[in-house]
Formats: sequence, C-alpha cells, structure tokens
Amino acid sequence: MNVVIDIFASAGLWAAVLRIATPLILGTLGALLCERSGVLNLGIEGIMTFGAMIGWLAVYNGADLWTGLLVAALSGGVFGLLHAALTVTLGLSQHVSGLGVTLFASSFSYYVFRLLVPVAGTPPTIDPFQPIVVPALSSLPFIGPALFTQTPPTYVAIMLALVLGYVLFRTPLGLAIRMAGENPHAAESQGINPMTMRYGAVIAGSALMGVAGAFLTLSAFNSFFPTMVQGRGWICIALVVFASWRPGRALIGALLFALFDGFQLRLQTVLNGVVPYQIFLMIPYLLSIAALALMARRARVPQALMQPYRRGER
Amino acid sequence: MRFERREHRSVALVIATPVLAVLCALALSGVLIAIAGAPVMEAYWRILVGAFGSRLSATETLTRASPLILTGLAAAVAFRARLWNIGGEGQFYLGAIAVAAASSHLLGGLAPAVQIPLLLVVAAAAGIVLLLVPLWLRLRFSVDEVVTTLLLNFVAVLFVSMLIDGVLKDPMAFGWPQSQPVADAAILPKLLARSRLHIGLVIALALAAAVHLLQSRTVFGMQSRAAGLNPTGAVFAGVPLGRTLVKVACISGGLAGLAGALEVMGVQGYVTKDLSPGYGYSGIVVAMLANLHPLGVVLAALFTAIMFVGADGMSRSMGIPSYIADVTVALSLISMLVGVFFTQYRIRR
Repeated sequence: MNVVIDIFASAGLWAAVLRIATPLILGTLGALLCERSGVLNLGIEGIMTFGAMIGWLAVYNGADLWTGLLVAALSGGVFGLLHAALTVTLGLSQHVSGLGVTLFASSFSYYVFRLLVPVAGTPPTIDPFQPIVVPALSSLPFIGPALFTQTPPTYVAIMLALVLGYVLFRTPLGLAIRMAGENPHAAESQGINPMTMRYGAVIAGSALMGVAGAFLTLSAFNSFFPTMVQGRGWICIALVVFASWRPGRALIGALLFALFDGFQLRLQTVLNGVVPYQIFLMIPYLLSIAALALMARRARVPQALMQPYRRGER
Repeated sequence: MRFERREHRSVALVIATPVLAVLCALALSGVLIAIAGAPVMEAYWRILVGAFGSRLSATETLTRASPLILTGLAAAVAFRARLWNIGGEGQFYLGAIAVAAASSHLLGGLAPAVQIPLLLVVAAAAGIVLLLVPLWLRLRFSVDEVVTTLLLNFVAVLFVSMLIDGVLKDPMAFGWPQSQPVADAAILPKLLARSRLHIGLVIALALAAAVHLLQSRTVFGMQSRAAGLNPTGAVFAGVPLGRTLVKVACISGGLAGLAGALEVMGVQGYVTKDLSPGYGYSGIVVAMLANLHPLGVVLAALFTAIMFVGADGMSRSMGIPSYIADVTVALSLISMLVGVFFTQYRIRR
C-alpha cells in the first residue's frame, strides 16, 4: 500500500499526467468534433501518425516548432477533406473509409520518412518544446509541477477543450454542427447546410488529430519512429464515448486516463521483475475497453452518427 | 453534382471495378515513385520480377498469399454480416501462440495425422475467443466492436510477447524472446521441395471455396447477409441476429486464428513478436478489394502478396522504401471504395 501512496505523493506523477494527457485531449477533441457533426473518423490513428511525422520533418528541416504544429494541422485537415469527400459527399461507410484513411496515412508517413531521412543507427533528433516554468506558482506542491511546468502545447490543448465546449454549446455555429449530427433533415429545413457543417467539422477535427500526433514528436519526444502513436488514436475514439460527446468531460476523461497511465508507469519500475512489464502495457487498452462498456449505454450518441445524409433521401 | 441510384448493375462493371481500382492505385503510387526520382515503369517491372522472377520468389509470393487469403476471408465473412472485426491481427497472434503452447506442452508427442488437425482446432478456438469478447460487449452493452477489436489487437500482441518472454520462452534461443519450437510432427508438409511453400495454401483455397458455398447455399449464409444489409429488418423477418452474429464471429475469428497457426506450423516453426507483418490489417484491404466475395479474396490476396514480396525486391535494387507496397495497397482500398460507389450510383447533373 505504501508503494501506491508514495507514487501518488510524488510530484513527478502529476507533472507526467498532463504531458501524457495532451495528445489524448487533442485527439479526443478532434474525434469529438467530427462525431458531433455526424461523422465517425477512424482515420485518427493514421492522421496522428502523419502529423507526428510531418511536424517533426518540418522542424528537422529548419521550421520553428509552431510552424511544425501548423504543418501537422494542415496535413490533418487534408486527410479530413479526403474522409469527408468519401463519407459526406459519397456517403460511404464511415467505418471502412476511416480505416482506409488510417492505413493510407500511416503507410504514407513511413514511406515519406524513409525516403527523406536516411537510415541511421540513432534516429535524428530536434530540439523539442521546452517547459514554461511559471515562477512562484510552479513551487506549489503537486499543483505546481503539474500545472505550471508544462510545454506550451499542453496549455493550448486545455484551452481548446474549453473553447470547443463554448463553441459547441453556446454559439449558433455549434448548434448548427450539432444539428448536422442529430438531425440533418431538420438542420436543412432551418437553412443550415449539413454537408457544409460536416465538411467543416471533419476537416477541423482532423487538423486537431494532426496536432495531437505532432505533440508526440515536438514535445513529448524529439524524434519520429514508426508505430509511435501505438493505439493512442483508438483510445481517443473510446474516450469520446466515455466523455459522452462533451468537450469538458473529454478533458476530464483524458486526464483520468493519463493518471492511470502515469501511475502504472511508476508502479512498473517499483514492481520490476515481479510482474511482467507487458501486463502494465496492456492496462491502457483494457481500461479503454472497460470505459466503453461502462459508458456505452448511458452515453447519448449523436442521433445521425454514421448515417450518410443525402438531400431528399431518407 | 448529385447522385442517382443505378437501377441495374452490369456484371462487367462489377468485375471491372477492382481492376480499375488497382490500376488507379498503381498510378497514384507511380506519382510517389516519380517524386522519389525513380523511373516508374522500371519500378513496377522490378516489383513483378521480385514477385515472380525466380522459382524462389514465386513460391515466396504464394507462401505470403496463404495467410492473406485467410485473414481476408475472416474480414470478408464478418463485414458481410456488418460485424466489424478489425481484430484479425490479434486473432492471428493468439492462434499462433496457442499452437506453440499446445504443441510444445500438450500434444507434442502425437503423430502428425492427429496432432496437426488438433492444433488447427486449438488455434481456431483461440481466435474465436478473442472475437467473442467484443461481440459479447456489443450484444450486451452495445459497444461498437470496431474500437474494441482494434484495442484487443494491442492486448493480444502484448500477451504473446509476455508468454514468449516468460513461460513459453525458448531456453535455447540465447535470451531472444521467441517461443519454444513446435514439435517436428506439427510441421506442415511442403508443397514444393526446396521452398517455403507449404500445404497451408491448399487449406486456404479449400476454406475460401467452403466459405463461398456456405454463404451462397445455406440458410446461415442468407441470414448473415440479411444481418448485414439491414439488422432491424432481419430481426423483423425472423433472423436470430445474436445467434447469427455468434456463428459469423466463430468463422471469422477461427479463420484469423488458423492463419496464425499455418504461419507457425508451415513457415517459422516458432512464435516471435514479428511473426505477422500486419496480416490482420492487410486482410481488411484484401476483403474490401474482393468486395467481400470469398473467391475474390483469393485474387485480392494474391495481388497484395505480389505487392509486398515484389516491393522488397524493388526496394533493394532501386532504393525506393518498400513501404510503397503498403501505400499502394491502402490506396487500392480507397479507390475500390469509390469504385464500388460508382457501380451503385451514377452522376446526374
């Protein structure tokens, strides 16, 4: 028991939690925005991989870190455009199209990376985002290291959760997006074009996914390697359900998830040798499945999610 | 631009679609090869030579196609009933490790004629179990199985990694994490001497034919199709949806588990963490390229195997990353999706 208490009492855990949570927050918000407009985006895993790759590549070739994030966002948006064209305009199965985007985006990332970066013993690195240490506040116990020694993208991610919550639930634009996801026919009769809403939401959401991936290479690590996203995208999809399609809860869900993850990482070093490390690595995935099972029934799914909208066709 | 449903779908169109989709994907990948600064036609020629240029490469292509036929069938059977089994990769690994465990600990002493069939059953069962969990979650808690089957892939691979690093670790492997080898009696007979091509290809082809008959000639086949076309309508028409999906899951998970078994018993002889170069995921593409038709799966698997084996050879001689094969395969999936759409709809101005 003491071990557990020690872990929770260490400031390092709380600092790690926000760092682990950041890509999950960004990815979950991106997926949530898509799904609110009625489009499931399973391209997330691949889009995150591509964002991680292209953001890193931009910085490696001399761009500054913020430009790297922007490039990742733009490329995410392009994949979003592809997914939207397939699912909104053509009305294809959102499941299959998303998987197609994932397979394409991730293999394309590996191809581009291999083409432009020669194979080397140690992977080339960049200078990643440095933490901003807020004077005075950062010396507060627990809250200090957790909240006030993070890199800039983490603060941006948290603010984005609040902004997205505000936009979705307090603005006419948010209402229009939600209507496209709940009842596109009703939206159409109110003079809202559900197709436009879906395109916009999928492109913007996918841009967030690209940034989520770029956080991995530009802040959490300093190099790119294949399979570095490691299922984080799928975990984000699970977190959307857990969050019941609400940005505020997505933030909390991602933080809770990161808390478990940070905790298991530390427990792993304590129990090294006693319990196989793979058990700990399984926890995030099993936790996501448990979260889905727990929340799937209670969650209020956007009514038109996964339903293609065609004018005049019911 | 608006779309109008086609009244009639011509057979020629349906058959031409995958061919056009593949050509379209090859053209797009050609652009990527050209950007990389290599002559495109020569690259494709090298891929063909790499896949068929010698006896060794041709048998290698067929060897690679066998697991793809099975994982492709696994996806096709499930998708047709709209059971989104994306867990082929995990089921593959679980089938493989079940074979390694059973052969080295339980059944190793049995004669080949008894042991091989028993091991295949064990592997299928392992794959089935891994798919029944997400199916149960879907039927009981209405959890979308796409995400759960996907997440279970990671769990399964970690589980296998734990076993080959722990209880099933081969003490003779110099500390390398790999399972104990299967018994000699469990090694599948070769189809051709001096090659890796084994009897698994015949098994895969037979299963493709069996699945085709099952889907086209039986009540179960009709019920599973009905479940996919319109679940609520199927229930209304008296199709036991839950039971049908369980049967579908047994076939789908079983086929993916078998793929893992054949790879262990036919090619490698033991399990490592990289036993599968993504056979489970490629199976999804194979199924889609085949438009979920079991016999089409055989052709689609062959195409995919040609790309993978051929690209390795091309990559070595031309310096283009062999990932171009994955890119082409993924692009064929996307162009196939668009192609299938235009067999169903036409553009109306």
